[in-house]
Amino acid sequence: MARVQIDKVRKVYAGGVEAVKGVSLDIADGELVVLVGPSGCGKSTLLRMVAGLEQISDGKISIGDRVVNDVNAADRDIAMVFQNYALYPHMTVRDNLAYGLRNRGKKREEIDRRVTDAAKILEIGDFLDRKPRQLSGGQRQRVAMGRAIVREPAAFLFDEPLSNLDAKLRVQMRGEIKQLQQRLKTTSLYVTHDQLEAMTLADRLVVLNKGKVEQVGRPLEVYRKPASTFVASFIGSPAMNLMTTEIGDGKVKLGNGTTVRPAHLPASGNVVLGLRPEDATLAASEAEAHLVLTVEFIEELGAERLLHGHSDGQKMTISVDPDTPLSDTVPVRVNDKALHFFDVGTGQRLQ
Amino acid sequence: MVENRPIFTFFAHLTLILGVIIVVFPIYVAFIASTQGSSSFLSGVVPMLPAGHMIENYRTILDSGFAASAPVWRMLVNSFVMALGITVGKIAISIISAFAIVYFRFPFRTLAFWVIFVTLMLPVEVRILPTYSVAAGLNLLNSYAGLILPVIASATATFLFRQFFMTIPDELLEAAMLDNAGPLKFFKDIVLPLSRTNIAALFVILFIYGWNQYLWPLVITTNQNMTTVVVGIQQMVNSADSDPRWQLVMGTSILALLPPVLVVIFFQRWFIKGLTEPEK
Repeated sequence: MARVQIDKVRKVYAGGVEAVKGVSLDIADGELVVLVGPSGCGKSTLLRMVAGLEQISDGKISIGDRVVNDVNAADRDIAMVFQNYALYPHMTVRDNLAYGLRNRGKKREEIDRRVTDAAKILEIGDFLDRKPRQLSGGQRQRVAMGRAIVREPAAFLFDEPLSNLDAKLRVQMRGEIKQLQQRLKTTSLYVTHDQLEAMTLADRLVVLNKGKVEQVGRPLEVYRKPASTFVASFIGSPAMNLMTTEIGDGKVKLGNGTTVRPAHLPASGNVVLGLRPEDATLAASEAEAHLVLTVEFIEELGAERLLHGHSDGQKMTISVDPDTPLSDTVPVRVNDKALHFFDVGTGQRLQ
Repeated sequence: MVENRPIFTFFAHLTLILGVIIVVFPIYVAFIASTQGSSSFLSGVVPMLPAGHMIENYRTILDSGFAASAPVWRMLVNSFVMALGITVGKIAISIISAFAIVYFRFPFRTLAFWVIFVTLMLPVEVRILPTYSVAAGLNLLNSYAGLILPVIASATATFLFRQFFMTIPDELLEAAMLDNAGPLKFFKDIVLPLSRTNIAALFVILFIYGWNQYLWPLVITTNQNMTTVVVGIQQMVNSADSDPRWQLVMGTSILALLPPVLVVIFFQRWFIKGLTEPEK
């Protein structure tokens, strides 16, 4: 149990590539923080620096009250779950769990107790004497988590632990990780590229882009008030619609020459307008419509129906009730309370 | 092959049978010859059927040997010690050097690898004179150390272990680091057990290589008591005072054949285990 502080950390690889460009983050004791971003955004590098598997080029990382920049990975009191599990193939599940404890000179009874406890929590008691290759993907995943749990570390580090599982198992394990973390109350840092995983798991979400933090916040906060167009398009599925438009005279110009008048407008002139697909509804008639969407293709998700198309030359996706009758062009009303505005040049949110 | 035509099966078997005959026939001839009495070869016709002198011949070979040479049991022991020493030494040295090259960052690491790699191109024969001079200077003539040490480094084995280590996922090393395993512990607990099948395969190859050493033992041993069996066979054929006693030479050949065959049979189980139960 510990607080993890990351202070202006940078990572420059030999050859001058800067993978992490000054990230600061304060993770409270018992909190689950998810680092999310596209490949190459530096999230794994950051996690590996916390783990001690990568040198820190600049800045400071502390776990508990201790600065760990020059502390060996083994002495940092953290446990890591790897994407490919990294189980020792020639050892039984029991030995896999016990290996780290044995190397730390723990007593036999202590090791047995911890392994049994972890096995009970993760329901892997039945195959403690099997080898990893005799287990299914989900079971291996549990063993990998068990190896972290038995250590009773100050912090868990998860490096995309669910990416190697099939979709159904991923959802199930996601729930289990969440429950487990809430039960053990161990500070956790979790890396994923899957925004849904990030949203559902996180106490706090850190969106990274090109080695920089784009936004930190609670998942709903990030979802409702994305700090930039990058976050807006990354968090939420289907992604937020972004279209350039014009504000003037206290009104936002939409396609068709129609305008909406939101409660407050942060700027005037050209802006990027963000609209979540679920914040648009079908209008009863063309007269009431703000936009007319030309439908290109339809995705049925069961609970909702996604209409992909374009309006005034801008790509757009809206989410509608699956029972709505379909036609090639549909009149759309937007919820004027749910509009997001971003700067055209910087992509930053305009308040 | 999903072909299921009788003609195909026939030719497949024919080819295999021919292959087996080509391999086995010389061994059969040698074995038959080793059961003959001393007069059988005078006619100049190679006998094809066994005669009754087998036990007598093998006793002669093992106990007394030939005039002016060590008994064959002594040669077999020499060969065995030499082959085992070379095998164990080569595996030990190459697995450690491959471990160093793959898992440690040190100056001139790539250079070290390439130097090892380049020596693949140098056969023993090329460096035999300088090596002999060094061995003589170190008083290694007519000793097991002299038979073993000069051929103990193996670029091939180092290279093979390196290639194998590079297939071990990095995460395994990282997991071991987090589990508080230092380099030597990682080597002992993770790398060595994972290399078992590779070690078994190399053991067979290197044992046969060591057993079949001819030129180097010939050069470095002058004392009859240190002769290896492969060199010994050749010396028997060349006995100056009389016709070679073929029944004894052939018997020795059969004896020289046995240890490598046993090694292959014993380690074959490991190969199959390694092939059917991949660890990764």
